[in-house]
Amino acid sequence: MTDAPAPAAPPPFVGPLTDKDRIFTNVHGFQDWGVDAAMKRGDWDNTKKLMEIGQDGIIDIMKASNLRGRGGAGFPTGLKWSFMPKESKDGRPSFLVINADESEPGSCKDREIIRHDPHKLIEGALIAGFAMRARAAYIYIRGEFIYEAKVLFAAVEQAYEKGFIGKNACGSGYDFDVFVHRGAGAYICGEETAQIESIEGKKGQPRLKPPFPAGAGLYGCPTTVNNVESIAVSPTILRRGAAWFNGFGRENNRGTKLFQISGHVNKPCVVEESMSIPFRELIDRHCGGIRGGWDNLLAVIPGGSSVPLVPAKEIMDAPMDFDGLRALGSGLGTAAVIVMDKSTDIVRAISRLSYFYKHESCGQCTPCREGTGWMWRVMERLRTGDADQSEIDMLFQVTKQVEGHTICALGDAAAWPIQGLIRHFRPEIERRINENKGSAPVMEAAE
Amino acid sequence: MADAVHIPDEAETRARWGAFEWTAENAEQAKKVIARYPAGRQQSAVMPLLDLAQRQVGAETQTNGWLPVPVMEYIGRQLDMPYMRVYEVATFYTMYNLAPVGRYHVQVCGTTPCMLRGSDDVFSACKNKGLVKGGTTPDGLFTLTEVECLGACANAPMVQINDDNFEDLTYDSMSAILETLAAGGQPKIGPQIDRQTSAPEGGPTTLKEMVTENHDYRGDWA
Repeated sequence: MTDAPAPAAPPPFVGPLTDKDRIFTNVHGFQDWGVDAAMKRGDWDNTKKLMEIGQDGIIDIMKASNLRGRGGAGFPTGLKWSFMPKESKDGRPSFLVINADESEPGSCKDREIIRHDPHKLIEGALIAGFAMRARAAYIYIRGEFIYEAKVLFAAVEQAYEKGFIGKNACGSGYDFDVFVHRGAGAYICGEETAQIESIEGKKGQPRLKPPFPAGAGLYGCPTTVNNVESIAVSPTILRRGAAWFNGFGRENNRGTKLFQISGHVNKPCVVEESMSIPFRELIDRHCGGIRGGWDNLLAVIPGGSSVPLVPAKEIMDAPMDFDGLRALGSGLGTAAVIVMDKSTDIVRAISRLSYFYKHESCGQCTPCREGTGWMWRVMERLRTGDADQSEIDMLFQVTKQVEGHTICALGDAAAWPIQGLIRHFRPEIERRINENKGSAPVMEAAE
Repeated sequence: MADAVHIPDEAETRARWGAFEWTAENAEQAKKVIARYPAGRQQSAVMPLLDLAQRQVGAETQTNGWLPVPVMEYIGRQLDMPYMRVYEVATFYTMYNLAPVGRYHVQVCGTTPCMLRGSDDVFSACKNKGLVKGGTTPDGLFTLTEVECLGACANAPMVQINDDNFEDLTYDSMSAILETLAAGGQPKIGPQIDRQTSAPEGGPTTLKEMVTENHDYRGDWA
């Protein structure tokens, strides 16, 4: 190793976020969520001026900010907005649907935005709706968020009273309504077309695409569905500029992010941090470390239940962002970090997720409806070891037959956690099967 | 489904609920709800109206409410929807109760993030107070249901009882909550440990100015 060029150093992590760069300053709800308090914190501050940037101007800034959708898939938000028709050729209005159906196990960020900083969301709804030339926004909030929905209804009322939304919103000359629609307990309604069906008053079963919602969505009209966090950060991005947002996180993974840490850390919490923060830094800084110390870490599900788990030694120093976690065969998802220490029954933890997907399958596509139940039943047998070694491969194969063979991604989401388990903890499953066999002596045929 | 609910006898249900109609207050509310959706799209209001009806049934029966078939038919007529379309919605979403529940509907989250933090203990606390999964206690006070992730994972384990969340539970705090409710009291809502919502236990690691004042951070923007 003499004159070989040094490997390109990974771009330095910019360091922990400072309070002045946090978007959700009332995330923990120490202060009032009401409109007057929110205005003192900077919401609704001359929103008219932001709208004067113009519809294409706003979309250009959002594109330049490199904001990737915060709902899990990470699709560039500005680009998504630009898919909406610039003018209605047949008189159909356009709609913005904001996805607050936060039901992914591990995720609890939209709840904090809605109950503690709802005006950021409503202001963002106006900005985003204006930029995509929408007539109105429907905020779809999950039914179990009862208190949160009360806050949101009241906050929307406040915004109407102040003239921020409604006719001539913020004095801009643009008419824009915001409506709240409560769900009633169905994980699948977080899928965008299922959500549209649900708002239309039907069962939440996903639609085949195409047509994509931007062409024919809610009531057959052009519709964009965005996550709460993507919408709620947009006014601040416009105020502080794309360059500011680009100052955090690695290339292609820019910005700040609400991380939700649950499971076996000393102090679980929701916290806004810079994208790409190393896992260890995130946990040590905000969660008081892993329960029982770093040596006690077993595995982490870094992005909500739908992404595969990552074993301890791989995740410890990994950057928490879209690309960093994809490189580990997992994903950032909603940045819902589920931490598991060595006391965890890992097979049971994943089997419980399989039960979740079985419970939440909408029943429309056969591979998912039948597969989720089948996978859960096999997982339960693997948990107790009441299985045959060959069934591990069979289960893996079945997950591959579910994955990619359904209308929506719920089938994939049910398959991935199991695949992650088999990939990383196969010896543990085998041990259980062997031990179970050992308890009942193998009968050999008499010679 | 093995865990399908036992839907009460139809004749009895019709006798009791056949004449269901909105209270004056709820009739107003129903109109407001329908106005949220474009003209001709009143079917969109079916979910909020089912919720409203369940709450009204709850208020009339001193329980957490349920949806008798005649009530669903009533909503179908109001929205000009076939009954079957209403029934489809009511059976698809888990928050609509198809059978009567008790005064308190105890919905314990059992999904992995809560499981990791000890939802087994929460279930044990319920069991030791005589609550049985899927059933109502003989005094009609508690119905216990295991539910899927309720979206409060940083405050796991948690339970939703009627409209309130109780978070950061242990065996003892869950037992205490059930005792308080049984005695007719109102337990403290939210985290059961020394903690502000989803901030880390013992105080926030960020945005500390916010604890005491409604701080405006814009002065620090460069």
